[in-house]
Amino acid sequence: MANKTKVVELEHVVIRFAGDSGDGMQLTGNLFSDSTALAGNDFATFPDYPGEIRPPQGTVSGVSGFQVHFGHKPVHTTGDLCDVLVAMNPASIKANMRWLKPGTTIIFDVDSMNDKALEKAGYTTDPTQDDTLSQYKVVKAPITSMTLEALKDFGWDRKAMLKSKNMFALGIVMYLFNRDITLLNGYFNTKFKNKPDVIKANQTVVAAGYSYADTMEIFANTYRIEPANLAKGKYRDITGNVATAWGLMAAAERSGRQIFCGSYPITPATDILAELVKYKNLKVKAFQAEDEIAGICSSLGASFAGCLAVTTTSGPGLSLKSEALGLAVMTELPLVVVDVQRGGPSTGLPTKSEQSDLMQALYGRNGDAPLIVLAARSSADCFYSAYEAAKLAMEHMTPVILLTEGALGNGSEILRIPRVADLPAIVPPIAKDNEPGYQPYKRDEEKLSRMWAIPGTEGLRHRISGLEKANGSGNLSLDPKNHQLMTELREEKVQRVANFIPEQEIVGDPNADLLVVSWGGTYGVVLSVVEKMLEEGKSVAHAHFRHIMPLPKNTAKVLSGHKKILVCENNNGQFVNYLREKMPDFKYEQFNKIQGLPFLTAELENKFNDLLK
Amino acid sequence: MENTNLNNQVVNLTKEDFVCDQIVKWCPGCGDHAILKVLQDVFPQLGKRKEDICVVSGIGCSSRFPHYMNTYGFHSIHGRACAIATGVKLANPNLSVWIVSGDGDCTAIGGNHFIHAVRRNMDMNLLLFNNRIYGMTKGQFSPCTFRGTVTKTSPQGTYEDPFNVGELVIGAGGKFFARGVDVNTKELTDICLRAKNHDGMSVIEVLQNCMIFSNGVHENITGKDVRDDMQVKCEHGKPLIFGKERNKGLRLNGNKLEVVTIGENGITEKDILVHDEKEENTGIHMMLAHMMPPAFPVAIGVIRNVEAPTYDDCLTDVIERESAKSNIKTVDDLLNSGTTWDIK
Repeated sequence: MANKTKVVELEHVVIRFAGDSGDGMQLTGNLFSDSTALAGNDFATFPDYPGEIRPPQGTVSGVSGFQVHFGHKPVHTTGDLCDVLVAMNPASIKANMRWLKPGTTIIFDVDSMNDKALEKAGYTTDPTQDDTLSQYKVVKAPITSMTLEALKDFGWDRKAMLKSKNMFALGIVMYLFNRDITLLNGYFNTKFKNKPDVIKANQTVVAAGYSYADTMEIFANTYRIEPANLAKGKYRDITGNVATAWGLMAAAERSGRQIFCGSYPITPATDILAELVKYKNLKVKAFQAEDEIAGICSSLGASFAGCLAVTTTSGPGLSLKSEALGLAVMTELPLVVVDVQRGGPSTGLPTKSEQSDLMQALYGRNGDAPLIVLAARSSADCFYSAYEAAKLAMEHMTPVILLTEGALGNGSEILRIPRVADLPAIVPPIAKDNEPGYQPYKRDEEKLSRMWAIPGTEGLRHRISGLEKANGSGNLSLDPKNHQLMTELREEKVQRVANFIPEQEIVGDPNADLLVVSWGGTYGVVLSVVEKMLEEGKSVAHAHFRHIMPLPKNTAKVLSGHKKILVCENNNGQFVNYLREKMPDFKYEQFNKIQGLPFLTAELENKFNDLLK
Repeated sequence: MENTNLNNQVVNLTKEDFVCDQIVKWCPGCGDHAILKVLQDVFPQLGKRKEDICVVSGIGCSSRFPHYMNTYGFHSIHGRACAIATGVKLANPNLSVWIVSGDGDCTAIGGNHFIHAVRRNMDMNLLLFNNRIYGMTKGQFSPCTFRGTVTKTSPQGTYEDPFNVGELVIGAGGKFFARGVDVNTKELTDICLRAKNHDGMSVIEVLQNCMIFSNGVHENITGKDVRDDMQVKCEHGKPLIFGKERNKGLRLNGNKLEVVTIGENGITEKDILVHDEKEENTGIHMMLAHMMPPAFPVAIGVIRNVEAPTYDDCLTDVIERESAKSNIKTVDDLLNSGTTWDIK
């Protein structure tokens, strides 16, 4: 590929494909990320769908987007402000103005511009003619007409031909990043198997877009992103929700338990259930229940009967599950509750991400009802977090709430494919037939967990209940001292999990002036900023918490020795208040963004620098 | 009793195998005692090992039941027995699952789980103890309390109509509905065994007397003086004849049932409706379930018993079929399927 134009090396790039819901932007984005994988870059992606199913065509609410963040260096986020925006109509520009930065390249289908389209997008004047876009490099490409031209010999009608216009845009982008367009062939061949004319058409249009960009010299320069220095191995692209499902399935296989998932559809968690129901071939039992309560209750029943039991939900659903979660605490049965958090309270912002269910997860039950709370930090990490949640639930005989977030669930990252046999062993305390000295609430000395005596096991018939039980025998008990003992034991059981989880890590100098604390999905953006500032020699460190309840044993040590501690989270201060309660010897600053949007690197950097002054 | 289990091993069980060491704490004279004895009689006849039976309940007087049965048991939370039991059954379809619930537990707070368990045709057996009152919370009206009844929370009498459990079950697509009386233990035992033999969700409404809060609520049906005239036994293939003199019967007149007297107005036994529990059409079953005194006797016995695929069997079948034909046998296979690439 001889390029007439100059090639500039870049470390990482954010590109956003945006068009009307019917323009095939998700496919375009997936294709581009596929070629990114083959080019050896690290990457993460994020789909930005409209909230409505069939929003009005051509309007801002109908814009569908797909963002790819890729780089030569490790990519920790799906990216915020974009370097390149592909806009298939005026509404796509309008909808994405928030994500532009000075110098962003906008590749715009100039054929989409007409009075009606402007009006639908809410523009009174043409943004490519006035100064709306003066800070950006706008490439006006006749994408629609060139696509029709490229396919004129196919004998298709106009509507069919226009389906390929996204491929013309992709061809332009492939040129811009010096990508070999044959990298796309594998995807075409799989996606359009048995449709050779569609494959041919797509290849033709991609090539046309590429040649157009080349011969018309629409870019002053092009870019190259060197392959990332990734660990050797086999990789795949995975969304957080799929990773969650697979992590749970891996835990089931490793523990020898069958998986059961009782769930009720709720945005943005539904994809986990929709993923699990596919794997009847792997003996996954997934059950779509009549409501959230039946979701968790059926799972708890399945847990009693010996399954790795899971229920998946989002904030409002977790509220409905509270009572049954208390029953899980009381019956000391393993259960994984995945909460893919969204903006709240109430119905809130269903399609937007937030971290505001932390307090509900920790405390949202009647009585003293402690349980384990974990939080996944990235899309690929959902695999490992889900695995660990299942391991802790089964080995410690307790419910676990795994908090993920809408952005993690829908976003994707590359995952270095593990071998299930290499994952930590999971050894649930299953009682054997006629287990000597079995008592339903006899406890393991180290963990304080009870045994899992599964119906069908000979000689161990017993009854469990939401009523308080005598420690040991498990008989119903209203004895005052026993209730105090059991309450303390349930708490202590969860606290002792700290003996079985890794210590809290810290990135940067353990005595840095500023310690930035994060949890959950803010991991990537905080780490990116901290890494950048460390390179600049700033006295900053990062502690990211995966284990929330209990906190790792060395938490106080990690929090010690800093002039300032800043807790960054997408809620109104839930983790920071939890730390104030659990680790009261420290003074905490807080940075809260509650807009249904992630932190931007720039706003974090400004905040960190302010605190270092 | 002598039975064989799935592996054709002989299982010799007696009532004593199911008696628990826990003190039974129901009020003296409560109908629950009789029902407990019935199930302790029925369980040895299930053909299951003791370990393969699970009793699940919600909250209320009736829901204390699992504590008194020496099986695996789960006394859960208010209204959720059907949902919990669904998970138990799907996790291990080999278990014989018995749900014990009350009219409040099952038709009020648990109404949704109840109708959906029925609709899905989960292979479970549910005994709904209907005393038409909330007992454990001490005397509030339930969805099965008759209009006008004065209770703690309806001092002026209720102004809402009750559910008829049979209509609710059949309306929800139920395949098996039977009705029994707590103290008629022989009859109730037979009904439970019929339920056990039915593949799918079996609902048994037990007219159960609460001595304290709704004492005598079923007296117009179960009282010694009236019971022969106010109960009609539904037996498959037999005419629906009742009455002390066995001279009353049910006849289909147009699209309604009516009570007729054999020997009057030229009516003979041939005019009497013959009970067909296997009829798919719900019409007559619905009318039978609906009957109430004083105009009609109450239908007792198995009112509806039709065959249909069970949810648990369907799930098992799909899993077997899919796992047989798939090349993906492990999670490792799955992780390595689809688009992957190597970094060297």
